[in-house]
Amino acid sequence: MSATISLMFAGVGGQGSLLIAELTSLAAVSAGYDTKQTEVHGVSQRGGSVETHVRFGDKVHSPIVTPGEAHAVIGLEKLEALRFAHYVNVKDGTIVVNDYELIPGSVANAEKIYPHETIDFLKSKGLRVIALPASRIARELGDGRMANVVLLGTLSTLLPIPQEIWDKTLKLRIPARFLQGNLKAFQAGREMMN
Amino acid sequence: MREFLLGNEAIARGAWEAGVKFVSGYPGTPSTEIIETLAMRFPETNPRWSANEKVAFEEGMGAAIGGLRVMVTMKHVGLNVAADAFMVFPYSGTNGGFVVISADDPGMHSSQNEQDNRYLARVGKVPVLEPSDAQECHDFMIAGLELSEQFKSPVMLRTTTRLAHHKGLVEVGERRDVEQKEFIADAKRFSVPIYRLLRRPEVEKTLTALTDYAETCSFNRVEHTKNSIGVVTSGIAYQYVKEVMPEAGVLRLGMTFPLPAKLLREFCSQYQTVYVIEEGEAFIEEYIRNLGITNLKGKELFGVIGEYSPGRLRKALGLGDPPKPFTEQVNLIPRPPMLCVGCGHRTVFAALKQLKVTVSGDIGCYTMGALPPYEAEHTTFSMGSSIGVSVGLEQAGHKDTVAIIGDSTFIHAGIPPLIDAVYNKSHLTLVILDNSATGMTGSQQNPASGKNVLGEDAPKLDLEAFCRATGVGSVEVVDTWQRKEIVSTLRRAIAFQGPSVVIARGPCQQLPEIKRRKVIPFIVEEELCTQCDACFKVWCPAITRTAQNFPVIAANECTSCTVCAQVCPTDAIKLAEVMA
Repeated sequence: MSATISLMFAGVGGQGSLLIAELTSLAAVSAGYDTKQTEVHGVSQRGGSVETHVRFGDKVHSPIVTPGEAHAVIGLEKLEALRFAHYVNVKDGTIVVNDYELIPGSVANAEKIYPHETIDFLKSKGLRVIALPASRIARELGDGRMANVVLLGTLSTLLPIPQEIWDKTLKLRIPARFLQGNLKAFQAGREMMN
Repeated sequence: MREFLLGNEAIARGAWEAGVKFVSGYPGTPSTEIIETLAMRFPETNPRWSANEKVAFEEGMGAAIGGLRVMVTMKHVGLNVAADAFMVFPYSGTNGGFVVISADDPGMHSSQNEQDNRYLARVGKVPVLEPSDAQECHDFMIAGLELSEQFKSPVMLRTTTRLAHHKGLVEVGERRDVEQKEFIADAKRFSVPIYRLLRRPEVEKTLTALTDYAETCSFNRVEHTKNSIGVVTSGIAYQYVKEVMPEAGVLRLGMTFPLPAKLLREFCSQYQTVYVIEEGEAFIEEYIRNLGITNLKGKELFGVIGEYSPGRLRKALGLGDPPKPFTEQVNLIPRPPMLCVGCGHRTVFAALKQLKVTVSGDIGCYTMGALPPYEAEHTTFSMGSSIGVSVGLEQAGHKDTVAIIGDSTFIHAGIPPLIDAVYNKSHLTLVILDNSATGMTGSQQNPASGKNVLGEDAPKLDLEAFCRATGVGSVEVVDTWQRKEIVSTLRRAIAFQGPSVVIARGPCQQLPEIKRRKVIPFIVEEELCTQCDACFKVWCPAITRTAQNFPVIAANECTSCTVCAQVCPTDAIKLAEVMA
């Protein structure tokens, strides 16, 4: 019996963290795993922090990930990665973070007090951090909004789900007119790990 | 076939499969997706958004005594609104199966209070089912309708936020055709009050029969182990128990009212210590304690406030304290939700702040007006309360109060207090934020939007004619994005002798047709910009700073609402088209 894999996706409303969490869940289902997912709904969609929990394995009970047990924390933005970094399993977990900042608009002096040194800070805590310029890579591929799928590509190399299932899941879930770009973004994310 | 479904989607699917032919409800987190799913995927269930939960419940009650299988959906506080009907329905009992969804929100993710509606069910003598995963959301919905028909009783299906808003694999089936039951107009059964005395013993008989049923029903499940620790649990908490205490014996209660005394006694006698682990209040625990059982541990360890989680259980059981956020070492700047780019509420809050009035608020996105940077809302209680509270504050001598309410909330519970304000000669100033949508729950349709739940055209309530008909002396309509006009209109309304209404009108930016429309964004012409920061003070999330400290407007976010251009003293903010 294999242990349950726990993932925490963190981002800002509108960045598409929910979409890549959903793609991961669907890929896990397609690979034959029992899977659960949960996110915070409601007003948090309006530009606030968004957290989505995904767990899959032979038999999954809780949909909620416990701090300290995540195999990966996927941050679509640095501050949000930092906010949920304590969810990662310090022994064998990884933080996959988009090297990208979104300054909170509703906080005074946010630019000055923003934790710009997030990646160094997390590394200094002995955590395994994979930082990649996903937003820039996505922009170079034609659309910065695909940063989420670039990160998903990187995450996919850490999970026991074969590439053909990822490809199949993307094809099923992403509208045809966006599919080619997203497949490229996914591949670019995967290649970051080569 | 298995589908990966949200708890709420699984409930919708179950209702469809069970042959439900009428569904009513009012949007409310965490229940909203049930009716949205039906409208999108299963319109043959005849779903609708009703004006409020009481209306929804009564329509459902009528359809059920008329012989159909019925589901009615609402969040926990919605049942307070529907309680008048909810409490009396068991006296007549139902004809077709009737299930009311009560979606409770421990943790108040999107609610004004925490409220465990199992207590309301106990007062009303209505049986309660509590699923523990998405599969059971589906299965209990179907079984709940059968239970309802078997005992001729309304049934409550209680969910909580995590159950309603988690996804899991669900084995689904096909729709059954259920024959409509015959309705016999019978005053002795369906009428108040004299005949109700005759019905009163029937309520107790049904409850006794349900209590017997609870002892052996398949909703409750015993998972014995050789361990010395047993757990009595219900709802999503069952999953956390399986995760954290895999060795413990478990009694999972899927029916939490009425409770099975014999089964509980027997279970508790087989373990040295029994933990009662339930989200919300000590509903099950109190019952077990009242049986005289003492080898219990419960709320003194796990608490009644907020959501449960595996981490919380672990900590309470002394099994370890999960890591905490890095709050003490770095500045984890909060990122609270904001009013959307282009939201029409923003200008109203700016005007109210400028006029330095006390604002009696209501339930909707505009509760965010209480937060910085607006801080222009001073009280919020319950649906429709803005008007009554404002009238009361006036009586206490606070005459500078303005009440604000959204169109959907006004229709839901603002109409009787407006009539009351006129009747009792109040000086009320009411602002109706009319965005033609029930915004906070995801821009659902309502009687002021001109569309129904299926997106079809529907009669549109004429708010201004309606307000005039109540006897309000001054009713003015203003474009919600015209800053100066809002201030002057508000000034006139406040000075008006007698009740006055200002309707600040402009569509919700989340409406599909608004999101789809082509927008010409505004841009900043830096040569004309003096960096006076006036545009930042409209608090639009689409406006940020360049490295040279100039404002810059995100072209893909701008809704062309014009508010920043209105405040710019040097006309540096222009439509992109004009610039080119």
